[in-house]
This record gives sequence, C-alpha cells and structure tokens, in this order.
Amino acid sequence: MKFDAPHLEYSQLAPLLIVLGVATIGVLVEAAVPRTQRYAVQVGLAIAGTVAAIADTIWVFNKLHPWSGEAKPGRIVAESALTLDGPAIFCWILVLVFSLLSILLFAERRLEGGVTAFAGQAAALPGTEAEREASTRGLEHTEVFPLLMFAVAGMMIFPAANDLITMFVGLEVLSLPLYLLCGLARRRRLLSQEAALKYFMLGAFSSGFFVYGMALVYGYAGSMQFDKIAFAVSAGSGSHALLLGGMGMLLVGLLFKVGAAPFQAWVPDVYQGAPTSVTAFMAAGTKVAAFGALFRLFYVAFGGARWDWMPVAWGVAILTMVVGSVMALSQTDVKRLLAYSSVAHAGFMMTAFLGARSLADIGPGEIQPVQAVLFYLTTYGLTNLAAFAIVTLVRDPSGEATSMSAWTGLGKHSPLVAGIFSFLLLGLAGIPLTSGFTGKWAVFTSAASAGAWPVVIVAVLGSAAAAFFYVRIIVLMFFTDPVGETSVAIPSVMTSSVIAIGAAGTLVLGVVPGPLLDLLGRVAEFVR
Amino acid sequence: MSVTPFIVLSAILFTIGCVGVLTRRNAIVVFMCVELMLNASNLALVTFSRANGNLDGQIAAFFVMVVAAAEVVVGLAIIMTIFRSRRSASVDDASLLKY
Repeated sequence: MKFDAPHLEYSQLAPLLIVLGVATIGVLVEAAVPRTQRYAVQVGLAIAGTVAAIADTIWVFNKLHPWSGEAKPGRIVAESALTLDGPAIFCWILVLVFSLLSILLFAERRLEGGVTAFAGQAAALPGTEAEREASTRGLEHTEVFPLLMFAVAGMMIFPAANDLITMFVGLEVLSLPLYLLCGLARRRRLLSQEAALKYFMLGAFSSGFFVYGMALVYGYAGSMQFDKIAFAVSAGSGSHALLLGGMGMLLVGLLFKVGAAPFQAWVPDVYQGAPTSVTAFMAAGTKVAAFGALFRLFYVAFGGARWDWMPVAWGVAILTMVVGSVMALSQTDVKRLLAYSSVAHAGFMMTAFLGARSLADIGPGEIQPVQAVLFYLTTYGLTNLAAFAIVTLVRDPSGEATSMSAWTGLGKHSPLVAGIFSFLLLGLAGIPLTSGFTGKWAVFTSAASAGAWPVVIVAVLGSAAAAFFYVRIIVLMFFTDPVGETSVAIPSVMTSSVIAIGAAGTLVLGVVPGPLLDLLGRVAEFVR
Repeated sequence: MSVTPFIVLSAILFTIGCVGVLTRRNAIVVFMCVELMLNASNLALVTFSRANGNLDGQIAAFFVMVVAAAEVVVGLAIIMTIFRSRRSASVDDASLLKY
C-alpha cells in the first residue's frame, strides 16, 4: 500500500500557520513564564504574531495583482481544503486587522486600575473570599490572548474553506474560544457566565443543524467539496429532497453565526453579558467570517440551486432588518442597543446576498454582491470596534455604565467622547459622508440590480427607523441634563488608538470610498 | 442493501435530540441532546458514505467526534461554572439578561 504525503503550499498558508503557531506558543507561555511577566509576553506575542500575519497576508494578496486591471482569481490550496481567492484573502486581512484592534482592547489595563477587564480567577465563585483574594492579589487571566488567537484562526479558516468538513472545523475553532471568552468578565460575572451558557447552548444546537445538513448534502452530492457539490447540483442528479433539507440545515447553522432572524435570539444577551472588548471582537470578526462562509457556500456550491434558496434569503433579509430595527427602538441598555443594531446590520448585509446572479448578467462597473458585502463588513467592523471601545470608557463606581440613563448629559462633561460616539452612531445609521452610507448604498445597489426591489424598499425604511434610535442616544447625550455619578475614564493609548482608527476609518471610507470599492471590484470573484 | 432504514433512524434520533434541546430544562440534559443530534448526523454520514462508495463521510464522522469531544470540554466547563455560582444547572434559572 502506498501513501502520498499531502501537498501543502506553506508560503500561501503562512498567515494561518503563524496565527495558529502564536496561539499554541501562547498556551506554552501560560505554563512556562512566571505570572508577573505573562501579561507582557502574551500581549507582545499576540501583537507581533498578528502584525506578522497581516504583513504576510498582504504579500499573499499581492500575488493576485489586485492593484492593476488584470487581477488573478487565486487558487485552491492544501489538497483542495482551502481556497485562497480574493474574497478569502480579503476576509483574512479584515479579520486580522480587527483582531489586532481587539488585542489592544483586551490588553487595556488602565480602566480597571492596573488589571485587564477579564476575571482575576474564573474558577473563584462570584462574591466569595476566593474572588476577593484573587482581586486583591491583582490576578488576571492572560489565557484570553491565546483564546483570541485560536478564534482568529477559526475565523480565517471559515471563509476560506473549500469543503464542508473544513468549514465545520473552522466554525468550531472560531466558536469554542468565543464561548469561553464570553464568560470571563471581571465585573458582573453572573451576567457574563449566563451569556456564555446561552451562547454555548444555542451555538452547539446550531452546529448540530450544520452537521446534519452537511450529511444530507453529502448524501446528495457524494462529496464534501464545493466544486463537486456544484457539479451535482447543476447535473440535477440524486434526490432533490436531500438537497433542499441539507441546504436548509446548513443555512440555519450559518445564519445563527451571522446573527440573522429568526436565529438572532442569542445576540442581545451575549453582546450585553460578555466583556465589552470580547463583544467588540465578536461583532466585528464573527460577522466577517460568517458572511464570507455564507457567500462562498451558497454562491460556489449551491449557486445552481439559486431559485430554491433565494425566496428563503428574501424572507430572512426582510425579517432580520425589521426585527433588528424594531427591537432596538425599545432598548434601554447601550450594549443591547448596539447588539440589535448588529442584527439590523446583518439584515442589510443579507440584502447583498440577494444580489446573486450569473456572471453574464453583471455588467461592467456594476457593484457585485461580494464586493458590496466585503465593503460593508469593513465599514461595519471599524465603526463597531470604536463604538464598543467607547462603551468601555463610560463608567460609574460599579464598572461600565451601560444603562442609557447613565449616558444622559454625557456631552456636557465629556464633549469629545460624546462627539466621537455620536459620529460613530451616525456612521452606523448610514448618514452621508460616513462609511455606513457608502456601505448601505453598495449593498442596496447590488440587491436592486438583481431585482430584489421589495427588499431594498424595506431596507431603506428599516434604515430610517434605525436612524431614529441612534439619534435618540445623541439627543440623550447632548440635550439632556446629566444625572448620577457617571464619569468618562481616561484610557491608555491602546483603547484611544482603537477609537481613533475606527473613527478615522468611518470618516475616510465615507468621504473617499472609491479606492477600496475599486480594489474589491477587481478581486471579488470566487474561485470555483 | 437499502440505506433508507438507517437514514430514517438517524432522522428519528436527530428529531429526538432537537425536541430534547427545546423542551428539557437541565443544562446537562440539553447538552446530551445536542450530542444525540451530532451522533445522528454521524450515522447519516457513515450511511451515505456506504451508499456513495467513498470514505469522505466516514472521515467527516471522525472529525465530528473530535469536535464534539472538544465541545464537551468547553461546554461542561461553562455548565460547571454556572452551577457552582447558582447551585442550579437549570437553563430557565439563568434569566438575568432579558428584554
């Protein structure tokens, strides 16, 4: 019997290997480095690893020649387990940049008085002597950095997967560390643990659906690889019921990760309960990974069955936008409001999903759906990271003050923070001259040119409703008198730079979106 | 040999697991029902592997088992923590986050 060693393109896969390597070294650091030095070593390692991975990803991206007219489509690597095409590599860049910003938020120590915002000792029960001791000794969990790096690796595998097994492994590698990170808050630990429990239970439930869908599609197509599934779909062989069942169940698993209705129930609870830096990371990174995977699976593997899934996608897009916008109107907690806003944004991104049509129908210079959604993900991630970073600054004696009543009159005593937050909210609302406007314009144009007019009309109305609750916070901050003892903490340079980068991105991509849109237009082609 | 009985069995197991997740209150039992769903999927994968005459499905079943084991580690850690803080593993009791 003869075995062939698998052929791996190490130079192409290096960014992924760097991230996984850094995560593994991070685990060893926990075992080998004295407690006092762990924080510095872990932060340095995570930042250095992410920066190296970003540089390497840009090098890999350059090989597609995205800056000129003749962009190459990319290739399938690692024994056809991963695809390194334009969308996948751009998702890698996005995930890595967002994770670099998240590492800066994770490492913030000034706000909690010299320790990070993560539990001193997760095993110590809330309100006991053990917890107080952990707190007075200044303990902190530096395991959050390797956990974050593992989640980043999952987020890189997920949108680049070229078969269902790899996609499932990516899904779990991204989810499992996030379940743990959600439960590690230093303050309000019961809420944090509850968020972890809810996220885990529902996440495991949805991955059960994903696996069963995977089995059914395999039964239909006889293969897990996307190109072979696409071939079986276009040949129309096999039982159509298996295909429909399989597609539906895979869609459940992916829509759960995206946070689209009717699978959005976990989003507000988890976003509110998790430590705010983790929420920022989840909101930005998971959306990129999950939308990348959703588009790849349904465009590449199930593109031929478009008329079967398109009606469902219409319904999901409309429902998500309506649920997100309507529920956000009645929220009294800033984190929860941002969570419902993230549900609404998932709906807006779903409208780009409806732009699917055969390549022959896409005229030159028209906005393609993948191009639109990648642009939207860039803008949404940057704005959201900065917005959650600001949420960590507004505090009262018990920690972060996320109740909206605590934010009244913030503009009176901290005009700068309130001003930046207002700008970010306007960006999320999609006001012209912010990136949110360009993003919305891109996804709506893409959907409209594929004939999804009714959805675009709902989306525009939804944006109007959404603008109302964003403006409500602005009014609350600037035109109401302050109450209570809320203050704005002065962060270290790490959180400040996240806010600055996010706000700058929101402004720049709103004023000059052209270069990024053009770049994405050249690379937004899936390799099949 | 027909594969239909095996697929029907796996569908029944999956449904039992699914209904269990939605109706049971103890987090451990809910979690066991999730495992039942995963194992029903494994049965379907192995059956289709036999029907299709290739090994992809069996390999996938191994991956699902490994991932399920990793999920158990994380899941039981979370359930343990919440049980120790609340003296209850009921998913209904964890209801501080709402509205």
